[in-house]
Amino acid sequence: MSDTTADLLRETATRLFQEHCEAQQLRAAEREFPAAAWAAVEEAGLHRALVPEEAGGYGVKVTDALSLLRVAGEHALPLPLAETMLASWLLAGAGLPIPDGPLTVAPVATGEALTLTRKDGVWHLQGAASRVPWGRNAVAAAVLAMHEGVPHIALIPAASWTIAEGENLAREPRDTLSFDAAPEAVAPAASGIGPAQLRAVGAAMRSLQMAGALARITAVSVQYAQDRVQFGRPIGKFQAVQQNLAVLAGQTAAASAAADMAAEAVAEGVRLLPIAAAKARTGEAAGQGAAIAHQVHGAIGFTYEHSLHFSTKRLLSWRDEFGNEAEWNLLVGRHMAKAGADRLWAEITAA
Amino acid sequence: MNAFTFAPPPPSSAAEALREEVRDFLKTELSGRTPLQKAESWNGHDPEFSRKMGQRGWIGMTWPKKYGGHERSALERYVVLEEMLAAGAPVSAHWIADRQSGPLLLRVGTEEQRQSILPRIAAGECFFCIGMSEPDSGSDLASTRTRATPVQGGFLVNGTKLWTSLAHLSHYMILFCRTGDGKEDKHAGVSQFLVDLKNTSGLSIRPVNAQSGEHHFNEVVFSDAFLPETAVIGKLGDGWNQVTSELALERSGPERFLSSFAVLVELLRVLGRDPSERAAIAVGRLSSHILTLRRLSRSVAGMLQNGENPALEAAMVKDLGALLEQEIPEVARLLSPVEPSVSSDSDFAAVMAYVMLHAPSFSLRGGTREILRGIIARGLGLR
Repeated sequence: MSDTTADLLRETATRLFQEHCEAQQLRAAEREFPAAAWAAVEEAGLHRALVPEEAGGYGVKVTDALSLLRVAGEHALPLPLAETMLASWLLAGAGLPIPDGPLTVAPVATGEALTLTRKDGVWHLQGAASRVPWGRNAVAAAVLAMHEGVPHIALIPAASWTIAEGENLAREPRDTLSFDAAPEAVAPAASGIGPAQLRAVGAAMRSLQMAGALARITAVSVQYAQDRVQFGRPIGKFQAVQQNLAVLAGQTAAASAAADMAAEAVAEGVRLLPIAAAKARTGEAAGQGAAIAHQVHGAIGFTYEHSLHFSTKRLLSWRDEFGNEAEWNLLVGRHMAKAGADRLWAEITAA
Repeated sequence: MNAFTFAPPPPSSAAEALREEVRDFLKTELSGRTPLQKAESWNGHDPEFSRKMGQRGWIGMTWPKKYGGHERSALERYVVLEEMLAAGAPVSAHWIADRQSGPLLLRVGTEEQRQSILPRIAAGECFFCIGMSEPDSGSDLASTRTRATPVQGGFLVNGTKLWTSLAHLSHYMILFCRTGDGKEDKHAGVSQFLVDLKNTSGLSIRPVNAQSGEHHFNEVVFSDAFLPETAVIGKLGDGWNQVTSELALERSGPERFLSSFAVLVELLRVLGRDPSERAAIAVGRLSSHILTLRRLSRSVAGMLQNGENPALEAAMVKDLGALLEQEIPEVARLLSPVEPSVSSDSDFAAVMAYVMLHAPSFSLRGGTREILRGIIARGLGLR
């Protein structure tokens, strides 16, 4: 796909998300799944962007496909776009069919695993997966489970699980799904894809979403500082406020570069180290950035009426999903320590 | 928000081939240097080492061959720089000349200046310092008072430059001073001159020792120092524009986030291959920051290569980089108990001491944190 086509895809996504992510729509989405918005996403085919051409996708470059999630994060898109992309990618990699409709993935919480068994040629999936994003809205899930030491992907329809509803700070569904049923189809995961890779691609996706949300809160905070007048001038004229906004812009730039690094690492076969560093770095930027955006906005940004919280609550949630900073920095730190002091630099340049 | 888009660094396989060559060179050349010496980072001064780098073709790498350069890419140059810094090579003798004085002459210098000086810089035999700050002109560079007054055949310079790094070990200074009548806008009427430090009368260089006791800074006093007309760099009165276009070069390189890398190396040595979870998380965090900054910094190198002027992006790299450089020793001291001392038998304690004594300068030199953030705020449209 040429750069122009990729730009066109991003433009389509931007236009579509703008249309469906007005403040009142984001408010409504906290109560009810925005089915019309999802239909528009499916219509545009955005949810299939990560599916390889040979599996029926459009042959979008992996980094371009993932860049849609930055746009989604910028608009606080209240839809399981990342999750459906991830599930489709897992299913396609395993050669399994990809159902229409919103999809999700499991397990996603640290340390959780589901049990996949096979008896007399019949597969069975058992166990509970917590914090599954958009579980209640998904028509099916792509589950990654080990069988005889080999990672397998199971396609399991929503009718086959029971659900206990939960949510994140932004009131996005994060549900517990309990399985005790036969999946619709099972196959070994694509070569090199296991639990760590599922988690890493999820982390890369959240990194891109956070980079987008940070860009948004930087833009709206700068605008607010130019509009809000106190002591007879826009608060953005005060050096103390300028310095805070400069720090916010710096964190946004760092998150953006880190997210790009993660997207490239997914494209290069899900390289864990750069993704780990990226998720940790964007997560750190998310916390610092959200705090500054609120500080600049003052009391109005703390109200439900104002739309800042749609971005900041997502930032504070996403940094904890698919592994927080401690989890991913631990991976990076262990890797560096194992390589040793004299190999540290070589590891950094090779990452 | 387009001001802050950092495009992916351009890929360069030639640069990766070069990396191995540089590593082999450093392995031999630095074998005798202690961790404390390596901690000097780009403050380490060794003319012999600079000459060897010149012989390898690693100074003035991107310049035209006719001026002694090697016409290599900005990314190849970047590889040499970062390998030198990460290994703790003593690069300070030629650093300023390679980074900004040479490029300035290349951009706006006269043909004679280029031909007489650039090949010597590239050979690692000609070192530069920068005469910008003054006793009453630090961050407010435009308030500079040193003045060059036109006389027959040239100029007489009077005034005092301060914090001039390595003036006592350099061959030339790029002097920034007033040449207008003082009535115009303060950004107008300033110019840059090439000062031959070894052959100019009326010039005195006195040490100003740093808190570590080292002689790095100087006070340079001009008393009716005569500069010939040929010493003018670029256009008379255009000094402000010329100097601000150097800033992207000055603020975006790997020296802006690797100044305390030696601490991380020695910390890792002390912690061993299987550190506690707490220590591994902390080391991982610092490494994640380095990976991110390196990407930002290489992205700016790509913009420079494309002929852009990424002054804003460079300010951002330097601000984030200085925060990290200053945080590394603060994190390290709590992971492995240490009482920093340059005379310690422990490499970790010695390296910690060196870096802690220099850390305050990381967010001062090359533009203070406050100035950088002001530049970023301007880029955001707030000023």
